[in-house]
Amino acid sequence: MGRYVARRLLQMIPVFIGTTLLIFLMVYALPGDPVRGLFGDKGGSPAVIASLRHQYGLDQPILVQYYHYMKDMILHFDFGTQIASGRPVTDVLGEAFPVTLRLGGLAFAIELVLGMALGIWAGLRAGRFADNAILLVSLLLISVPVFVLGFILKVVFAFQLNWLPPNVNDSTNFNELLMPAFVLATASLAYVTRLTRTSVAENLRADYIRTAVAKGLPRRRVVGVHLMRNSLIPVITYLGTDIGALMGGAVVTEGLFNIQGIGGTIYQSIVRREGTTLVGLVTILVLVYLLASLLVDLLYAVLDPRIRYA
Amino acid sequence: MRGAKSAKWVAIAAVVALGATACGGGGGDKGSDSKAAVDPAGKFSVEVGEPQNPLQPANTMESNGSIVIKSLFSQLVSYDDKGNIVYVNAQSVDTKDNKTFTVKLKSGWKFHDGTPVTATSYVKAWNWAAAPANKQTNSFWFSDIAGYDDVAPAKGKPKATTMSGLKVVDDSTFTITLTKAIPYYVYKLGYEVFSPLPESFYKDPKAAGEHPIGNGPYKFVSWAHKKQIEVAKFDGYQGPDKAKNGGVLFKNYTNLETAYEDLKSGNVDVLRQIAPKDLPVYKSDLGSRAVDKAYSAIQTIAPAFYTKQWKNIDPKVLQGLSMAIDRATITKTVLQGTREPATGWVAKGVLGYEPNAGGDVFTYNPTKAKQLIKDGGGVPGNAITIQYNADGGHKEWVEAVCNSITNATGVKCAGDSKADFQADLNARDAQQVKSMYRSGWVLDFPMNANFIRDLYGSKSDGNQSGFSNKKIDADIAAADTASSLADSEKKYQDIEKELVNYMPSIPLWYYKVNAGYSDKVTGVAYAQDGDPILTGVQVKK
Repeated sequence: MGRYVARRLLQMIPVFIGTTLLIFLMVYALPGDPVRGLFGDKGGSPAVIASLRHQYGLDQPILVQYYHYMKDMILHFDFGTQIASGRPVTDVLGEAFPVTLRLGGLAFAIELVLGMALGIWAGLRAGRFADNAILLVSLLLISVPVFVLGFILKVVFAFQLNWLPPNVNDSTNFNELLMPAFVLATASLAYVTRLTRTSVAENLRADYIRTAVAKGLPRRRVVGVHLMRNSLIPVITYLGTDIGALMGGAVVTEGLFNIQGIGGTIYQSIVRREGTTLVGLVTILVLVYLLASLLVDLLYAVLDPRIRYA
Repeated sequence: MRGAKSAKWVAIAAVVALGATACGGGGGDKGSDSKAAVDPAGKFSVEVGEPQNPLQPANTMESNGSIVIKSLFSQLVSYDDKGNIVYVNAQSVDTKDNKTFTVKLKSGWKFHDGTPVTATSYVKAWNWAAAPANKQTNSFWFSDIAGYDDVAPAKGKPKATTMSGLKVVDDSTFTITLTKAIPYYVYKLGYEVFSPLPESFYKDPKAAGEHPIGNGPYKFVSWAHKKQIEVAKFDGYQGPDKAKNGGVLFKNYTNLETAYEDLKSGNVDVLRQIAPKDLPVYKSDLGSRAVDKAYSAIQTIAPAFYTKQWKNIDPKVLQGLSMAIDRATITKTVLQGTREPATGWVAKGVLGYEPNAGGDVFTYNPTKAKQLIKDGGGVPGNAITIQYNADGGHKEWVEAVCNSITNATGVKCAGDSKADFQADLNARDAQQVKSMYRSGWVLDFPMNANFIRDLYGSKSDGNQSGFSNKKIDADIAAADTASSLADSEKKYQDIEKELVNYMPSIPLWYYKVNAGYSDKVTGVAYAQDGDPILTGVQVKK
């Protein structure tokens, strides 16, 4: 187990270097210069432009820039400086990540609890009315685009019923975060429901369930322990990758509800050709993905003791 | 009214990106002070985005930062809504030859930290901002002052740290000497770049950008990044534009749609712009609180004169193209009345604006358009493209303009879209525009010179089309050495009429502010640069 974890952690190094280098090269390949972009139509004093370019090392070859960037990041935990604001990228990240973590966390909780509950309910009543109703709802949630759903919810809950504020001004206020978190969770929620339902329905007919029922175990224990443990493996796999997706894929939702998190920051960094900010953000996202998938793999062993790691 | 916008381009990008449409009709928005009881200590909120740069006066180029800087810093002068000078921190700015200006400051002015505002506060701040080592994005604004080239040479190391053209006479007097006479120089002094800085600024300029100390009507309270910036009324303020409210919360919005929703549900009080999506409904939603007012900015399409196509073009061809554009219909339909057809090169609301300066070149007339193009030898290749940035909401009107040209004259026309503003700028800087590009200009200072000299002089900062004409250059030089401001204004009006014969660009339309405010505030008015005038806003009890 320990060796397995160590091996997995070591594997992260090339992935980490590869992704950051790719991002660096991609931003570099885009036309447009972040320093020149600060000045706009009118242009600026050539002396100022030159000294800014020099300060951010933009006058050096791309691989040298990358080398310096990675060196600072690994040795000093210094992610560089945001060119427009002159603020350290760590500050920018420090503002954006907690926001997205709260939003993503809430969305994850919603999709986990609601999705699995609906899935189990549908799975236990496979083929009956409840199952079909849930199928219908989940298909609807998958197929409605995020911004349509966001708009409908806003009209209903914010403007007509006045229950919830339409937008987020303070991201520590969970009342304000509730609606965007639900919107963010919907698509994944529906997938979790479908996966759980299929898995539960299938395992209900498995031998070990029949045995458990035949042993005279109470239904609560049959479903809660025997059925769930085996049914959750595909769901956990999906949830693991979804953590990363929730962190990075919230661009639309964040824009829709005025949330100043990772999504918007990534978008702005691309538009302004802020390679350093972008790489900083993506680096952390990559780490989130890698750790989440490691966690998922380790959870398999907990759920199904037949799976062993060496 | 307070004037000069910073942020030519960002403002343009934003304005164009955001303000794309709405209902027509003029109408004032003087925000009549209602009878409702007013709370002089009440605070209100304004929609902004996160300022891109630290809040240093010479470093805020874009509109999100400049609106905050304007509330914190007062300059020597400001303007009223007709483009006339109003003295703010200056008692007087005198000159005999338009080259050396003597500035006398009003007494009793203090910075928010209690230190007095002196002549040194100005001179030192300008020298600091002009030095390339301090990397202020707007440093080129000081380039008219004698000695700037020694402080910030285009190449090589600086020879001096202070500009020889700035001299402190005594605590309340200093002189500015320019390299050459500029009759309207005093207008430029109203721009935020020319703010004074307190002594504490130089100890840690970086920290001062996070916690600015100014001499303006408001003092800085806090900046929660990407959330809001709070400023409070400065009780010791001596200027004519004392705040009629207790302070301002600059609330951060990432897009205009959400800001409008928050306006409707009472979470924000003043908007700077309505999103295109809401333009068709905002007047019925807001009633008398809807704002629809002209401001001083213009949209043009400019031929890239360095290309083979336009190198030796007969201006008649460009006149013909201009007459092939049905401005009235496009502004009404495609742009939903948010623009007003242009009739000249100078935008409304600035000193020296003349209605219908361009004559019939701006009227839609397909027959004459065809004739002019034929007379001028036709459009080389019989096809044009208009370059624009796809992230700015320009696609629709570019297509409409193209259709109009093609229908009227048979000249093939297509949009040439660049992914975003950065890529668009890149192509313009590198002189890679294939045929024409869309361009825009928001006033820096309210005088017609700003729309002519800064765009169409051969060596002007804003001239990216490669337009160069000896006659125009000579006329500009003559207008700049005019003996008085009025004379200079008149000469620039003559140049504007002259431009018809050279067609350095094809003006399309003037911008309008389409905005609104909540029923908690009153007295909301908008300046020529399109921003709300914060100090005049009153908060109801």
